Amino acid sequence: MKGVETRDWLRDGLRAIGAGVLSIVLAILNFPLFVLFVVSLVLTPVLGIGLALLPAVTALIRLRADVARRLGERAGVAIARPYRPKPQRMGPIGWRRYQWIITDPATWRDFAWLLPGAVGGLVLGILTLALPAYGVEGIVLLPLWLYLGTDWYGYGVIWPIENVGEGFLSLPQGVVILLLGLAVAPYLRKVEYLFARLFLAPTRAAELRLRVTQLTVTRADTVDAQAAELRRIERDLHDGAQARLVSLGMTIGLAEELVERDPRAARKLLAEARETSSTALVELRHLVRGIHPPVLAERGLDGAVRALALTLRIPTTVDSDLEGRLETPVESAGYFAIAEALTNVQRHSGANFAYVSIRRADDGLRLEVGDDGHGGADPMQGTGLIGMERRLAAFDGTMTVSSPPGGPTIVTMELPCVLSSPRTTLSSGTD
Amino acid sequence: MRVVIAEDHALLRDGLTRILQAFDFEVVGVAGRGPDVLPTLLAHKPDVAVLDVRLPPTFTDEGLQAAIAARQEAPGLPILVLSQHVEPLYARELLSDRRGGVGYLLKDRVADVAQFVDAVRQVAGGGTVMDPEVVARLLDRSRPLDVLTGREREVLGEMAAGRSNAAIAGRLFITEKAISKHINNIFTKLGLPPSEDDNRRVLAVLAYLDS
Repeated sequence: MKGVETRDWLRDGLRAIGAGVLSIVLAILNFPLFVLFVVSLVLTPVLGIGLALLPAVTALIRLRADVARRLGERAGVAIARPYRPKPQRMGPIGWRRYQWIITDPATWRDFAWLLPGAVGGLVLGILTLALPAYGVEGIVLLPLWLYLGTDWYGYGVIWPIENVGEGFLSLPQGVVILLLGLAVAPYLRKVEYLFARLFLAPTRAAELRLRVTQLTVTRADTVDAQAAELRRIERDLHDGAQARLVSLGMTIGLAEELVERDPRAARKLLAEARETSSTALVELRHLVRGIHPPVLAERGLDGAVRALALTLRIPTTVDSDLEGRLETPVESAGYFAIAEALTNVQRHSGANFAYVSIRRADDGLRLEVGDDGHGGADPMQGTGLIGMERRLAAFDGTMTVSSPPGGPTIVTMELPCVLSSPRTTLSSGTD
Repeated sequence: MRVVIAEDHALLRDGLTRILQAFDFEVVGVAGRGPDVLPTLLAHKPDVAVLDVRLPPTFTDEGLQAAIAARQEAPGLPILVLSQHVEPLYARELLSDRRGGVGYLLKDRVADVAQFVDAVRQVAGGGTVMDPEVVARLLDRSRPLDVLTGREREVLGEMAAGRSNAAIAGRLFITEKAISKHINNIFTKLGLPPSEDDNRRVLAVLAYLDS
């Protein structure tokens, strides 16, 4: 495995050097952006040119900052986007947009970063390149020195080089310096991104504001979904079981009337009544299954998923390391998400085999549903997956779908911080 | 015949008691709570027990657990489990000791009184009675069953519900001889060892479906 490690280390170094080159180019871009921003601010009182110019320049600056965030993320320094969400009903230019930009502290933090970021980017970028470059120079120096034949030339610790023997020494020195440069390059990159994070990441206040916005959206979705669910249940009960119970009462009443005059007809009516009652029960059972499957109440998430897997057409294995019970709403969300994913496997994947894995992650629950089908599932199509995502969002959960053409498809769902409070009360209800 | 009933709903408990008494069963014990079921069963050692799956205090599956525990203590103790919903998973757990004298039915089936009483008697006699819905859900997912003809699938479903050849013939309006021919075909096609014993037959079919 040592070979692999060396390759990784080399690859990281080379990648960091590439990023260093990019960083120099990007740093240079900061200067015109800085100038443009200042100009558009100054021009605001003049004929309102700034009203049109500033939003465009800000968009460019945000693009530039996003590139820095992206690069940081790739190097393991996550930098979140701090911007306030766009207000609704906002034109591409105009006072409203101008106000949105100018009042967002993130705009000013981006601006404040432009010059220090540029200087830091240049310095660190050049440093990233300089060490390996000097190393390469050492490696090729001897032939160069022989060719040029100058006696004032030196390298590393030997200065100047006076004979061929000393010239030979530049080769090992060059190798050491090149390797050092490669090893240090990723760390230099990291320093740059950490510096950028000081400016480009949201402040605590901005973080909280973003969180509030997100919570508002997911809460509205949850409330909507719940209201729709209740409406559906009401309609199902009204058109189904309730109507059947009414008809049941009428049939039994009629049978009561007929029992002495025409016992045969009464008997027939009673049989009909029994039929109606069993249809009503079937409907109620379906409805209950859709609200909260009884087996989920009885056996918890892994038991219910196992029970579900038993009835699937595609052989499905269930693997779980859960002990005890989760909170009821989490069980329910997890169950329906898995059920939806398995339904998709049955309907669309063409798979011969599927699996479900239910695992505790560091700070929550990690659910995975995979199959060996032909892949190509698009999470943006199909209301099922979007519905799943919404359900999970109520718990800050996320869903990712990996489904390259040719398969396999893997749906991963993560529910953070759900195991913190163990279930202490028992569910109520009767069979 | 002596019977123990475990059911927490007073209405349903009385209904069950009334039905069973009307058909000459003697109700020797009733339990309304999960923890009481096992002691009641072991104290009375009834000829058959009728248990509800979901009981207080946790309202989960204590009836089922009690049934499994009771059959560990008293192997082969005939138990009919009733529930508002059926799960093939629970059927598998009930059947896991590979003994007869087990039934698992939806509560709806009680409404067909004659058939329900018949099922109780069959379980008491060491037979196996599975709700048609369990069988249907297992049939629905098993692709190897495509080798069976429509009629054979029908017969298989009836057979898994614990019915004898004569009963199946009566329900499908064909002769008993035709039924035994279908059954032989089914066993050959599924590669199951032939068996005359109704109960072994059911277990073999369910084991096959559940594999």
